[in-house]
Amino acid sequence: MRRLLYLPLAAALLGATATYAVSWAAPAMEGAVDRQGLNIAAIAMFFLFVVGTLFITYRAAASSKSAADFYAAGGGITGFQNGLAIAGDYMSAASFLGISGLVFATGFDGLIYSIGFLVGWPIVLFLIAERLRNLGKFTFADVASFRLDQTQIRILSATGTLVVVAFYLIAQMVGAGKLIQLLFGLEYLYAVVIVGALMIVYVAFGGMKATTWVQIIKACLLLGGATFMAFMVMLHFGFSPEAMFAEAVRIHPKGDDIMAPGGMVSDPISAISLGLALMFGTAGLPHILMRFFTVSDAQAARKSVFYATGFIAYFYILTFIIGFGAITFLMSDPSYYTAGAGGVINQVTGLLGGTNMAAVHLSNAVGGSLFLGFISAVAFATILAVVAGLTLAGASAVSHDLYAEVIARGRANEQKEVNISKMSAVVIGIVSIILGYIFENQNVAFMVGLAFAVAASCNFPVLLMSTMWKGCTTRGAMVGGFLGLISAVIMVVLSKAVWVQTLGFSQALFPYDNPALFSMTIAFVGIWAFSRMDASQRAKDEVASYDAQYVRSETGIGAASAHIH
Amino acid sequence: MVSAEQERILRNPKFQELVRTRSGFAWTLAALMLAIYLGFILLVAFARDLMAMKVGGGVTSLGIVLGLVVIVSAFALTGIYVQRANSRFDELTNDLRKEIS
Repeated sequence: MRRLLYLPLAAALLGATATYAVSWAAPAMEGAVDRQGLNIAAIAMFFLFVVGTLFITYRAAASSKSAADFYAAGGGITGFQNGLAIAGDYMSAASFLGISGLVFATGFDGLIYSIGFLVGWPIVLFLIAERLRNLGKFTFADVASFRLDQTQIRILSATGTLVVVAFYLIAQMVGAGKLIQLLFGLEYLYAVVIVGALMIVYVAFGGMKATTWVQIIKACLLLGGATFMAFMVMLHFGFSPEAMFAEAVRIHPKGDDIMAPGGMVSDPISAISLGLALMFGTAGLPHILMRFFTVSDAQAARKSVFYATGFIAYFYILTFIIGFGAITFLMSDPSYYTAGAGGVINQVTGLLGGTNMAAVHLSNAVGGSLFLGFISAVAFATILAVVAGLTLAGASAVSHDLYAEVIARGRANEQKEVNISKMSAVVIGIVSIILGYIFENQNVAFMVGLAFAVAASCNFPVLLMSTMWKGCTTRGAMVGGFLGLISAVIMVVLSKAVWVQTLGFSQALFPYDNPALFSMTIAFVGIWAFSRMDASQRAKDEVASYDAQYVRSETGIGAASAHIH
Repeated sequence: MVSAEQERILRNPKFQELVRTRSGFAWTLAALMLAIYLGFILLVAFARDLMAMKVGGGVTSLGIVLGLVVIVSAFALTGIYVQRANSRFDELTNDLRKEIS
């Protein structure tokens, strides 16, 4: 059962690599020549990626003058480009290595998680994307506060944004440190510092333009690399999935069980709760929502989700093939394994570096050491793109929401606001390096789950209710939004992952693995009830101004254009 | 609060048709996606034997086929929405803009 919480986050990867890093050292010594060689290839290719993206950042910095350039890349990104960038923002190293590793270890169960991460996208399209573009300018708080109280709603939205960004970022930083340690042989601290420093440079100098192009390039590299691996696997089996499955069933220690559910989802309440968190959390992730302001209009926003859904669906099908390919290519080859006690090889957990390295080893098996270097470099680039997107979302919440609307009360000058955003990016980068260092040996696997739960229980309900329900008032959104946020955090703390496994108590006080079913209900009921009970004059004005918002959100007439030129 | 132009849009039958058909369509698709996904999860939780059932005479199970169906249907539903929005909804919006200006 407890795996239910871990996996979705595929962040199993993040926690698990901690343990395996130690066991990696010994074999690395034995195969010194080989590994030395491939590390250099990996580092050289990663270096190329860094040089290329820094050049783009330099160009972007030269052409980023206004706030619209900085936050929204001047609104000049096309729907197709934005679809790629969204996919780049969303396909983390944890999903690539974690889900293919999960398929390698359990077969069918890996598919359950990739599906969970995909099905939020249609919801984003049907309910969120076009309205967001029609009403907002730079952050989703623009939309939520459209007819409500600027100060209060922006404090709420910025809090929701920063909580999601903080937990997501810590999980990514720790995972990045472990992964880079494993792939490149770099010290954990150096790895974390390199990731932190590069994300500061991309965001602070290049803003949304540089971040977008880092994501687009990373998405192309990752999709290209994964396509090649899946193609080589399918080629081996004459493009017959049945032949691949049959061979995997023959080799895998679990035999035919890999073709059926393996008891990972056994408690229906936890299963539904997790499903809701993944589905609606996607529609409340601030770094994803921000991407919709980089396109020119609602039509382009709509197209971006269509392309993004296609790329992400394709990617998860590839990771499924890669997981099965790893079973068939690696499990019968002892050179990918380290023997346990008594020289016995465990064909699942005995994999060098742990099951999350399945895709990395497969890249060696199908493409040799040069391709292994390429995939390692892509994994590094993948982490960078994700953390850069998160940093930009966090920095925008500080400057555009907290500084410009709460502290300066809407009287901030544009240049100052952008400068504050850049400074915030630097601060967020430094803080995440420090937190990444502090959390090195902590269990961070629950953090991505918490980020999705908060996004689903605070950001999403506030966004949906303020745009779709006429009766929504500031008081309702504030109370309901904070109730959703706080209840999600408390329930995660009281659940097994934190209360028992991190804090060491014997019995979890909250019996389910994911809070979303309950915390989302609390948020929606809270927003509804406190809006209804709000009889103030302000509430009446807010309800009266719904129609004006409604016209703009449905038609785009009067929508802010991010174009400045 | 509401300007004269917005008032005119609100009363316009084209606007009313647009928001009525679009929101009905979007909510239907959203409910469909939720039903497909939760249905799949509940089958995984409660109907393991059914999901393990072999299809096509080999080792491939019904669970794998249904999993792929969910993935493809997520993409297909976005495609259906975009297709409808690009034709019908954009046409209504453009007509409305013309009438207003």
